[in-house]
Amino acid sequence: MNWFKYSAPAAFYPLAGRLIPWFWRLAFVFAAAGLYIGLVAAPVDFQQGEAYRIIFIHVGAAWMSMFIYLVMAFWGGMGLAFNTRLSGMMAQALAPTGTMFAFLSLWTGAFWGKPMWGTWWLWSDARLMSSLILLFLYIGFLALTHAIDDKRRADRAGAILLLVGVVNIPVIYFSVQWWNTLHQGASVSVKGSSMAVIMLWGMLLVALAMWMYTIAVALTRARIIILEREWRADWVQTLSNPESAGGTAGN
Amino acid sequence: MMHWSSFSEFLAMGGKGFYVWGAFGVTALCLVLEPFFLARRRRATLARLARRLRAEAKTGDRP
Repeated sequence: MNWFKYSAPAAFYPLAGRLIPWFWRLAFVFAAAGLYIGLVAAPVDFQQGEAYRIIFIHVGAAWMSMFIYLVMAFWGGMGLAFNTRLSGMMAQALAPTGTMFAFLSLWTGAFWGKPMWGTWWLWSDARLMSSLILLFLYIGFLALTHAIDDKRRADRAGAILLLVGVVNIPVIYFSVQWWNTLHQGASVSVKGSSMAVIMLWGMLLVALAMWMYTIAVALTRARIIILEREWRADWVQTLSNPESAGGTAGN
Repeated sequence: MMHWSSFSEFLAMGGKGFYVWGAFGVTALCLVLEPFFLARRRRATLARLARRLRAEAKTGDRP
């Protein structure tokens, strides 16, 4: 299979359209299973009480906020190296979802911090501050790329910002080891887990659901961006021509 | 396998209901609103494309 074939928007568009419903199905199945475990089946945490259940969405949101940034930086690097049109579109398609997860990571963290630490926010905590910087990087990327009218130039400027900001990701990840933070250490690491098995499963399933959700939403947005940017291309015109293809670029 | 003995106990979350549902509620809201606005944007984009194509077909200035 020639994967480069799908880096052309004309080939990517219909492929993404076929994949999106499957990612939605997976997202719903994983979310149902994960939320059942997290909210209904898992026992109470003996130290933290019921408020610990926020972990089931907090960890997934925090992982996604970092992972999406890395994927965007990857596409940024690909765009700078190979000058492919799809790279910039993929970074653009992921950015709003990454921003949302960065916000949710801070929001759910605050709602967990208040009952656990007695405070919503702590300016001196390295994990909290580096996560806030990640949110600002996302907002900065969106502001920068939308301020430049020439889309290809906007993509390149955005890619450079993404690659510079990528240094923040290991800072977030290792902040709980490098500095004395109020934030607890990693619950899951390569060496194993400090959690009960059922809690771990709930957390992983919700994180997986968020992952599938992100792919579905990002592919949907990428298709819209393709239509907006490439609407002059012949294949888009046959796709959206009311006389052919039933009037919509549905699949 | 069920941790709760009643629905009201489930909602109360051991007295931490405000925090648990405040976190889950806003997360659910975001994950519903994003696809909703995305679907609207897609419909608007398709409608705009169709309008442009019709306008070009009329004036015949398609490049």
